[in-house]
Amino acid sequence: MIRDHFRVLRVDLASGRGELLELEGRNEVAGGSGLAALLFERFARLDRPWDDPEQPLIFAIGPLTGYFPLMSKTVCAFRSPYHDQYAESHAGGRSALALRFADLDALVLTGRAACPSCLLVGSRQLELRDAHYLWGSDVLTAGKALRRMFRGSGHRSILRIGPAGENRSAMACINADTYRHFGRLGGGAVMGAKNVKALCLVGDASFPLPEGRAYTQVFDEVHRQVTATEMMRKYHNLGTPANVAVLNGLRALPCRNLQQTSDPQVEGITGERFADAALLRNSACSGCPVGCIHVGFVREKFMADNRYLFRQVAYDFEPIFSIGSMLGVFDAFAVLGLLDAVERMGLDVMSAGVALAWATEATEKDLVAEAETAVGLRFGDAETYKAAVAHLARGTNDFYRLLASGTRNAAARYGGDDFACVLGQEMAGYASGEVFFVGQALGLRHSHLDVGGYTYEEKHPERDAGAAVAFYEADERERAVLTSMVACLFARGVYTATLLAECLRCVGYEALAQDLGALGREVQKRRWRARLATGYQPEAVTIPKRFAEVENWKGGIDPGFLSQLQAAYARRIRELGGQAPA
Amino acid sequence: MLTAPRMERCIGCHSCSLACARQVHRRLSWDTAGIRVASSGGLTSGFEAKTCLACNPAPCARACPTDAFSQRAGGGVVVRKKLCIRCGRCAQACPVDAVYLDPAGEPFVCLHCGRCVPFCPHDCLELAPIPERACLPGAGPEVLP
Ligand code: SF4
Ligand code: SF4
Ligand code: SF4
Repeated sequence: MIRDHFRVLRVDLASGRGELLELEGRNEVAGGSGLAALLFERFARLDRPWDDPEQPLIFAIGPLTGYFPLMSKTVCAFRSPYHDQYAESHAGGRSALALRFADLDALVLTGRAACPSCLLVGSRQLELRDAHYLWGSDVLTAGKALRRMFRGSGHRSILRIGPAGENRSAMACINADTYRHFGRLGGGAVMGAKNVKALCLVGDASFPLPEGRAYTQVFDEVHRQVTATEMMRKYHNLGTPANVAVLNGLRALPCRNLQQTSDPQVEGITGERFADAALLRNSACSGCPVGCIHVGFVREKFMADNRYLFRQVAYDFEPIFSIGSMLGVFDAFAVLGLLDAVERMGLDVMSAGVALAWATEATEKDLVAEAETAVGLRFGDAETYKAAVAHLARGTNDFYRLLASGTRNAAARYGGDDFACVLGQEMAGYASGEVFFVGQALGLRHSHLDVGGYTYEEKHPERDAGAAVAFYEADERERAVLTSMVACLFARGVYTATLLAECLRCVGYEALAQDLGALGREVQKRRWRARLATGYQPEAVTIPKRFAEVENWKGGIDPGFLSQLQAAYARRIRELGGQAPA
Repeated sequence: MLTAPRMERCIGCHSCSLACARQVHRRLSWDTAGIRVASSGGLTSGFEAKTCLACNPAPCARACPTDAFSQRAGGGVVVRKKLCIRCGRCAQACPVDAVYLDPAGEPFVCLHCGRCVPFCPHDCLELAPIPERACLPGAGPEVLP
């Protein structure tokens, strides 16, 4: 629905009652990332920790959600259990359109339910239901039960957590509609701390479209660009797993806890290998004709006499790197089997994989005893990793509980911080160089999607800290515009500033269309302000030694440039958030 | 008629429903469309399309007490919204749940115009001639208004 304000539903989980709010700020922050920061400033308790019941869990969509293709993501924001600071995590699936058709720009959950519960939100429904019987169930089992509990037209989105979220693990994700995730920085734990096992969003409203032909014309043009050009082909074809072979060729694929950046066995886990052997079908987020989701299968013999079971698992580059190459598992089906185990537990696969990679090297170096890991971790041993994943999610002993709070916390106790592959949080799969490392280590979400450091690095081999910081700032600002809409970042080539302005204009957001640059600056400022207000000290971030030892196609890492870049970006972040440098 | 012969290719993107709602009904919606796509029991089991099968005779038209739904030559229905009193009988009568009633009781059903077809990225949909059917026009069971 086009409106010049935000329509936000705040649900108090303690009472199960909702409050509909009409908030100003549309022309300043648009929605999505900007709206999330605005709502965080309004509802967060800066003086209390992340798991205080009063802290908000925010889901926000943008002004163009549902109106155009690939405007299909939801921004989730919260105070993170990982660093007790402001965090954003994004996911596709159906939740964005479900919120749109529930007629909400954002949903804010505050308080804590008295018992494990499920929350149902639709345009004409709000109900908090006791679901204590689902507590402890894995993500798939819970999903099946939830589909029965909430019978509906199929036009709904189910967000749920697994044991990791219930145990308040800082590596717990929120599963969105089986195949997508609010993966990073522990959103699942925030849901767990609120006693919310699942959130069912029902998209049952419909809205009149703007009069005249302009909207349909712009829609058709966007749709044409998205589907008829080569632009989106790579996401559809092999999908993001195409990166495996590319990065391996550049010697930039983290392998075996980043002890290597390429491996001769990589053939077993390339995008081509997955497509040839394991790809069952594609799937899509609602409102996206690209269909980048690649669903593979796991087939396991569970009894003699050829008794098999069969499961479907969605794969992407990041899972393949984090529980494949990073753990020395170079077999596509072993990766999918392990991924299935991670999915069930509701863990963020990237954090879990990188944490277990550290734990494996720490075991090899005798820093961590086998009694601690309970299973004896070895690179390449997928079966053992499956067992470790359950320990990590359930926090079965002190070691796993500490590891699940962040790899460097475990390294601080056991030793081995030098080889903890953590850049703000457990690394993403690009050993491309200084610009990527600093970009993730200091970035707002500590995500490879904050800024495109790896592509910059390929195009700019020169080591110029000033230019790189200017790039961080500009790229982050552009992305902040897109994540305020909320577009899938795969569409960033299509949604140029000009096209975005046309989209906004033809549905009636003239003021927003006029100055997207100002919007970007405002959202950037508000996000950094929220992050800094919760205690972020960008200059205090350290980058473990392992990153300085990386060798790739560019040669080695320059530690001097690394620290120079870090210091410069930290200063700039303070300025962007409206603070004087520390 | 609109057919969905290749739903095993469907990726659940809802482009078809959104296109129908946008182009035919001038609405932004998952529901107010002649085709609705839902998972056939969880996302892991693929998708199915709820859309009109172009019955002849059409039980929905027979059920309509005001001729807002009337028999379309060959199969399916012609809808005249002005005549509709929002009784919902059409939706009850449809054997395959192809008529969507919005919260105010307004019915939405496929008009077999084909405008959604080009929006399907996997070519699941097709505008095809209505097949010869064993049941002759007029020979179906009587449905009383
Ligand atoms: S709407 Fe249903 S009953 Fe009416 S013609 Fe179509 S399939 Fe038959
Ligand atoms: S054929 Fe026409 S009326 Fe039927 S679903 Fe497609 S666009 Fe809608
Ligand atoms: S447009 Fe095609 S692929 Fe998308 S939901 Fe409709 S039938 Fe399925």
